Amino acid sequence: MTSPRGDNLPERQPAAGELEPAEPVADPGLPAHTWRPTDVDPKAERRAERQVATLFGLSAVCTVLFVVSYFTLEIGEVTTTIGGLGASTLALGLSLGGALLLIGIGIIQWARKLMADHEIVEMRHPARSSDEDREAALADLSTGLEESGIARRPLVRNSLLGAVGVLSLPVPLVLLRDLGPLPKDALYSTIWERGMLVVRDVVGTPIRPSDMQIGDLINAEPAAIFETDEEGEPLVEGVDLQVAKSKGAVILVRMEPDEITPGEGRDDWSVDGIVCYSKICTHVGCPISLYERTTHHVLCPCHQSTFDLADSARVVFGPAARPLPQLPLMVDAEGYLVAQRDFTEPVGPSFWERG
Amino acid sequence: MRLLNRSANRMAGRLSRHRRGPLAGLVVLLLGLLLSGGLYTAFAPAQADTSASDEELVQQGRELFLVNCSFCHGQNGEGVRTADGNQLGPSLVGVGAAAVDFQVGTGRMPMAQPGAQAPRKPVSFSDEETAAMAAFVASLGPGPAIPDQSDYSLQGMSEDERQEAIARGGQIFLTNCTACHNFTGSGGAMPRGGYAPRILDVEGRYVYEAMLTGPQSMPTFSNGNLSPEEKRDVIAYLESLREDPAYGGFGMGGLGPVAEGMYAWLAGLGLLVGFAVWIAAHTTRSTKEKTES
Repeated sequence: MTSPRGDNLPERQPAAGELEPAEPVADPGLPAHTWRPTDVDPKAERRAERQVATLFGLSAVCTVLFVVSYFTLEIGEVTTTIGGLGASTLALGLSLGGALLLIGIGIIQWARKLMADHEIVEMRHPARSSDEDREAALADLSTGLEESGIARRPLVRNSLLGAVGVLSLPVPLVLLRDLGPLPKDALYSTIWERGMLVVRDVVGTPIRPSDMQIGDLINAEPAAIFETDEEGEPLVEGVDLQVAKSKGAVILVRMEPDEITPGEGRDDWSVDGIVCYSKICTHVGCPISLYERTTHHVLCPCHQSTFDLADSARVVFGPAARPLPQLPLMVDAEGYLVAQRDFTEPVGPSFWERG
Repeated sequence: MRLLNRSANRMAGRLSRHRRGPLAGLVVLLLGLLLSGGLYTAFAPAQADTSASDEELVQQGRELFLVNCSFCHGQNGEGVRTADGNQLGPSLVGVGAAAVDFQVGTGRMPMAQPGAQAPRKPVSFSDEETAAMAAFVASLGPGPAIPDQSDYSLQGMSEDERQEAIARGGQIFLTNCTACHNFTGSGGAMPRGGYAPRILDVEGRYVYEAMLTGPQSMPTFSNGNLSPEEKRDVIAYLESLREDPAYGGFGMGGLGPVAEGMYAWLAGLGLLVGFAVWIAAHTTRSTKEKTES
């Protein structure tokens, strides 16, 4: 077989410095180039041409549809719906996506079927530059140093170094300062205090023990985050409100009083079988209230830590290292549930200083 | 008269010609069913007249209970424990009529087999039978009654009040329900093989009863916990979710980031890989040689 080498393959030209090992076996060369149907069959070529043109044409149709749906379908508060779907969102997305995709597919089809079919080989070269290039680069560098006079004018050089030095010292200090202030002992306490009402989350209404039946779960918050001054302005707001709310969130559950195994020194922390625990998981701080009435277990949806609320929120499963902090409850003069005091331990995940 | 006779004779003749036809049996059967059904409705006493008195209802419910429920819940609804101390069926004293209406009305009870989950399935009892059993269980001890339709519908509210109720209901839903039932109401996994069911398509009455009675391991949201108005608002919010158009089209079940991530990885990346393979693949080659012009 005579190799048709050269008809469509690159000429082999050893570049300067290319390795030319002595070959014990004669180089058979690359296999013969085979042509695509579109190269040898004019009919296939015309068909491919039509395909590409059709794809571009469909893309234009999609663009027209895009413009039409932009102007005909309602956007905003009142939307047009077709089959329960937001018609505008869907039509705009599909038509614009289709227009772009069809242009892309058309170009690829064009390149694969019709553009020139050369096989191009790029030979490897050593990574090192030639000696002349290296010398020229060094010469340029020393000319630059000479012309700038950095060695001859120490005043300019030293004042520049000084300026950069002065810039680099205080700027990081100022920027780092904004990461602070350090939390001090804020992690150890929450907004709960003696006598603060335990109120329902969202609606902010206080709770009587008789409101709760056995099996009830209430997502509650400290009353302080709902309190307002005489003009109806909230007492705690902004970042402080969010911090107080996230640290103070609790869940209240009621179970048969004899089902509770009170922890050491926690005999009087529950009221008629109502216990109150922090809602913040001690693993990485997800809010948890997946409570199972029958087992008294509360499960964290993030990493499946499971706590037994009948037994001081002992960890029965999962990665959490500590039980949920318990909020001691009592009843105030008006018969509402209030806190006896703040939590006795920090809420939420462990931190460095806590060990 | 003769004319009539003749036509009657002719008709009888035509009928008898078809009496051994392939459809004759079916026609006779249908006619018979229609006749007996019609006679029954004509002569049977009207439903309103036979509404059983409370005592009769309880008695009827007790009979149904003994046959269908007592194996797990005990003959007096006191609950049954197995020899190794596991609960076969909990005590039904004090669960109220609402619990029966929910459990039986959604087909959860009677359970097909004991297990971690009592799944919703086709209902086994008629409304009257469910009501009778509910009356019997309610007679065992005081418990929540079946809610009235006015408790969970927004009828008679102005549009503004309706919107307010939906907004409030959304807040309550996000605080109390999403932990287990997902923020779109699609449900989610629970420990030991159980799951919190999808509640988006559940009728308002059953959502209300579920909050009131805490089916299976769900905590209760009694009227002292969430007031009847707050429960109604939650139901209004769920109904508004149902009416919301799906703006993006395919909602992937609204199951959250895990399901959506899986779609992105499998469908999205798969599609991109498919395109990459197509772009880099060899085109079809011909065995023909090029005939240079």
